[in-house]
Amino acid sequence: MKNLLLLGDEAIAQAALDAGLSGMYAYPGTPSTEIMEYIQSSKTASDRNVHREWSANEKTAMEAALGMSYCGKRAMVAMKHVGLNVAADPFINSAMTGVNGGLIVVSADDPSMHSSQNEQDSRFYGKFANVPCFEPSDQQEAYEMIFDAFELSEKYKLPVLFRITTRLAHSRASVTTCEQLPEKKLSLPSDPVQFVLLPSIARRKYKSLLESYEKLKYDIRITRYNIFRDGTKRDMGIIACGIAYNYLMENIRDSVKEFPVLKISAYPFPKDLVQDITGRCKSVLVLEEGAPMVEESLRGILDDGIKIYGRLDGTVPRDGELNPSLVARSLGMKTSYGRGIPSLVKNRPPSFCKGCGHSDVFNALIEALKSYSSGSVFSDIGCYTLGALPPYSSINSCVDMGASVTMAVGAADAGLFPSVCVIGDSTFTHSGMTGLLDAVVKRSSVTIIISDNSTTGMTGGQDSHATGRLVSICRGLGVDAGHIRELTPLRKNHEENVRILKKEFEFRGVSVIIAARECIQTATKRKRTESSNR
Amino acid sequence: MKNDIIISGVGGQGIISIAATIGLAAVANSLYLKQSEVHGMSQRGGDVQSHFRLSDKPVASDLIPYGKADLIISVEPMESLRYLPWLSKDGWIVTNSTPMINIPDYPPIEDILSEIRKIKNSVIIDADSIAREIGSARAGNIVILGAASPFIAMSYSSLEDALRSLFGKKGEEILELNLKALKAGREHSIRA
Repeated sequence: MKNLLLLGDEAIAQAALDAGLSGMYAYPGTPSTEIMEYIQSSKTASDRNVHREWSANEKTAMEAALGMSYCGKRAMVAMKHVGLNVAADPFINSAMTGVNGGLIVVSADDPSMHSSQNEQDSRFYGKFANVPCFEPSDQQEAYEMIFDAFELSEKYKLPVLFRITTRLAHSRASVTTCEQLPEKKLSLPSDPVQFVLLPSIARRKYKSLLESYEKLKYDIRITRYNIFRDGTKRDMGIIACGIAYNYLMENIRDSVKEFPVLKISAYPFPKDLVQDITGRCKSVLVLEEGAPMVEESLRGILDDGIKIYGRLDGTVPRDGELNPSLVARSLGMKTSYGRGIPSLVKNRPPSFCKGCGHSDVFNALIEALKSYSSGSVFSDIGCYTLGALPPYSSINSCVDMGASVTMAVGAADAGLFPSVCVIGDSTFTHSGMTGLLDAVVKRSSVTIIISDNSTTGMTGGQDSHATGRLVSICRGLGVDAGHIRELTPLRKNHEENVRILKKEFEFRGVSVIIAARECIQTATKRKRTESSNR
Repeated sequence: MKNDIIISGVGGQGIISIAATIGLAAVANSLYLKQSEVHGMSQRGGDVQSHFRLSDKPVASDLIPYGKADLIISVEPMESLRYLPWLSKDGWIVTNSTPMINIPDYPPIEDILSEIRKIKNSVIIDADSIAREIGSARAGNIVILGAASPFIAMSYSSLEDALRSLFGKKGEEILELNLKALKAGREHSIRA
């Protein structure tokens, strides 16, 4: 037993290692990145040689983790919430095949969209796939839940969804660890067709999945995290899910005996648990981070039961993350707003680092596009999305990983000329390659600019699968060698780079421009490590 | 005892090192703590903050409620003002006076400093110059931590010990510079 000061992400990683993890799979994405990073820097993981390399994207990560589980070993896969969209196909179907070794799927939601395109609530995926879902309220609980999640996964032969949100992922607290369990030995599934989802087998498996989902509600590994504690009040009870429980406790610490509180941190849960509150109280306040999932299911479509307060009636804002002051307000308590922010304080949006190669790419692009009408640049997800902000204001889309390539293709289909795409190297190997193949097969008239900084920059500089492989990937996909142009985005090359861009815009076919210069953050880090090693 | 602290600055100014130092000291003092920080997109030159909660009892919320912060430690002057809604009536601001100008509409620094001076409990020090004087321009964040140390509910020596375990691995020279930075900040703050 040790006391460690850990981020929520790190508590999950440490717990998985202590629970006998054999393989960790992930693609970087805020706020989930630190789970894999912790395992990569862990001595335990390196001593045991736990698998800990990044995957090309969340789908390949999920599938590789399922393969590890097939062999009877414990595996974990981690991603940000939108990554689960990418991995949705294997995730939903892994509930149908079931697992062999314990399998945990961590999805880190980002309510208030600190670093994301939406604030989707991953708990819906648990229900959608009919698998158990854990939602820890704090770092210690996250640590302990991982052990239960692995056991539950192996008992019911199901993957387990593990939903966290930004504030837990990126908040540090002291965590008490338990003794380490050994890794599982390699053993294949006893049923040789367990993983064969032919319709005849899938129909049988789906029936047993639905049965398991009902049984789960009463399993101790779920019920121990859903706790009702009665209070003296009868006018209102409170249901608090996941991290919302902390914000509630912050406000009622001194009057905790008064409020009947149902803390929910694991799904699915049975009706009688909710009836503990609804049977006693005239009304109920539902506090949950993300979407009003529990609140909606309590209300039902008729909403003619007891009075319910929550996000749907405006007691709590419909969108955005919770905080202790919002929860105080929903409880009718006084909040103590300090002073207002003086009007002279200006917004400070994120911006390119000084000397960033992406800014030279945009400077060249802006000039090369001067003679065309605007609105023709599709972009993607990464540091270069900052090209949307002044002074560049030069991209017209940022939708999902890889969409820049395929949207440019679709726009070219519609007759847009030129149709230009700006995508990063890691995003390209995540989900851009298949779109480029579409373009090659259709001979689309598109210019694909891969702004290659040889890293996954926005998430803090993780290795990129694309490094050193871009030219051969593009050639392999069938791009004409004469239209794969390599350039170095530096101010001194500006005129030359503008000329190359203009020339390729005019080419009626697929051209790829690889603008390669190492991210200055990773370059600095690399030089520092090299000099300290010397 | 409770000590709610907001640490603020611009991505890349080293506020996570300040938080890590206080965190290590808290663990050594067997105090409860929760410390929420910003990773990801805003790190790229945007405004960043860390909510740091220290107590002798378990801490519930990872975030500080409005109006409850005892202290704002800021590595950048304009950023110290962004968190005034969290500062309690008797709370302190300890801030660097050197602006980080990476936006086109940064207000005149004199206006910012006079706005900070309106808060009755404020300490403004030129951490960048102090850091340069002691020979480590990069230790401005630790100078600020030193300046804030009289308002942190832990002994000064426990902060020194935390620096030792944080920077010890990086060699004697870097550790000494940081200890000197902490001390210089504290002395300037007590004088101010």
